[in-house]
Amino acid sequence: MRAFSAILAKDLRVELRTLQSVPGMVLFAVTTFVLFRFGLDRTSLEGDLAAGVLLATVLFAAILAVNRLFVAERDQGGLDAIRLAPVDATSLLAAKATALVVYLLVLEAVTLPVFAVFFLDSWAALPPLMLVLVLADVGLAATGALISSLATGSRARDLLVPLVLLPLLVPLMIAAAGAAEPLLAAGGPEYGRVASWLAVLGLYDVVFLLVGYGVFDFVLED
Amino acid sequence: MRGLRTLSIATVAAIVAGVALVFFYAPLDADQGFIQKIFYLHVPLGIVALAGFMVAAVHAIRHLRSGDPIHDARSYVSIHISVIFGVAVLATGSIWARASWGKWWVWDEPTLVSFLIVFLLYATYYPLRYAIEDRDRQARYASVFAIMAGAFVPLNFLAVRLAESLLHPRVFATAEGGMPGPMWLTFLVSLAGIALLWLTLVRFELAAKDASAQLARLRRALEAPARAAPARRDLARSGAR
Amino acid sequence: MPALPLDEAGKYVAGAYLVFLALVLVYVAIMAAKLQRIDRELRSLATLAEGRGADAQGEGER
Repeated sequence: MRAFSAILAKDLRVELRTLQSVPGMVLFAVTTFVLFRFGLDRTSLEGDLAAGVLLATVLFAAILAVNRLFVAERDQGGLDAIRLAPVDATSLLAAKATALVVYLLVLEAVTLPVFAVFFLDSWAALPPLMLVLVLADVGLAATGALISSLATGSRARDLLVPLVLLPLLVPLMIAAAGAAEPLLAAGGPEYGRVASWLAVLGLYDVVFLLVGYGVFDFVLED
Repeated sequence: MRGLRTLSIATVAAIVAGVALVFFYAPLDADQGFIQKIFYLHVPLGIVALAGFMVAAVHAIRHLRSGDPIHDARSYVSIHISVIFGVAVLATGSIWARASWGKWWVWDEPTLVSFLIVFLLYATYYPLRYAIEDRDRQARYASVFAIMAGAFVPLNFLAVRLAESLLHPRVFATAEGGMPGPMWLTFLVSLAGIALLWLTLVRFELAAKDASAQLARLRRALEAPARAAPARRDLARSGAR
Repeated sequence: MPALPLDEAGKYVAGAYLVFLALVLVYVAIMAAKLQRIDRELRSLATLAEGRGADAQGEGER
């Protein structure tokens, strides 16, 4: 537990000081919204289109952060330190995944209002949308951290991460979009099928958290 | 190499029997007519490919537990042959879609779409392995991937199927629902044939890999004394003087 | 009773089975190439081993 909080605190402090991930993610997201405005030739979005634009943007922005997740540890020998210390390897994975969730939450806190201003008629959808995004963030972080750890020591790391991660994220996208679409409906949020989709999202999160917990020791092995 | 000959003979027998049943015994489907016969090829290929991915995950778990590279080889080859079968699944599925609906791809078929996503995921197995140079780490990370991907398959099918049923509820009769006896028999024999084919190809590929590995070992053993011999000869010459 | 009409449907079914056959045969071709490579390597190693045997004989005689 101590190792987990120590690594998490270190990562968040470094991010706060160097600002190497989150501002880039925010800028990327906002620019992508503009791209979509012109690519789709629409100035207002609702329902499935709105859900798709929002989630695709969050997904791609997340990949930017995933790429960088383990770089510091590998370059500066942090991984060896963790191998030598009497510390559970899973604490490292948990800390990295949690840091990623924090970055994504900050991203969403900033870009959701921007999205609403650009494309939505009302802000009523935002609070329930935040719940969907939180569940999606956990799934994104669980898979992202695991894939990032696999890719860090390899060549073409920046290509490998999106390549391997994106297919893995398809069910997450399906579930998150499924939940978000009725919330963003034209006449105001509808809650009909949201619960089932949230359950699928939750299941996705649990499965990949468990898988990560089970295999990460072997990733760290030397 | 053990039993490979028996296995391949059994495979030939099962596949020939299956095709014969498909074209000479199985009744014509009331709904789709002759086109339905593609299912006897397409569905067994899909089932066996997915089962192959699960088998690969099991081998991967054994590899991580024991560290023995033989399990990594089995995992790799299982994925490899299943990916090839996956190409066949998508190709036959596309042909069936074209024959049924006039388009080369349809998004309404949840099983086909799920399979596409699974295929895209396992296709990344190769660049992942290629990108890691250290042998041991490559094998270990490949096993981690195989386990993740194995957990992913059922999740993916669930999500895609839900997407279809919640968004586009529809009632349609597939070849699977309410199959008469003769169709079941034909299907099971075809399934057995494709499963045996998968096993034969996996064993075949593993044998080829093993042969190459033994050859490398032999080459190393033969070249080692060549490096030592000139040194011995020099010593002998200097000693004689 | 054999059902082999050569109408539209027949072409698609035949196409599907042909794709399957083609894939299996491509695999056979690839394995054949691998076998050729193994054979070549085996030959070269056999020559190497024979040379080694001659050397050892030469050493013994000296």
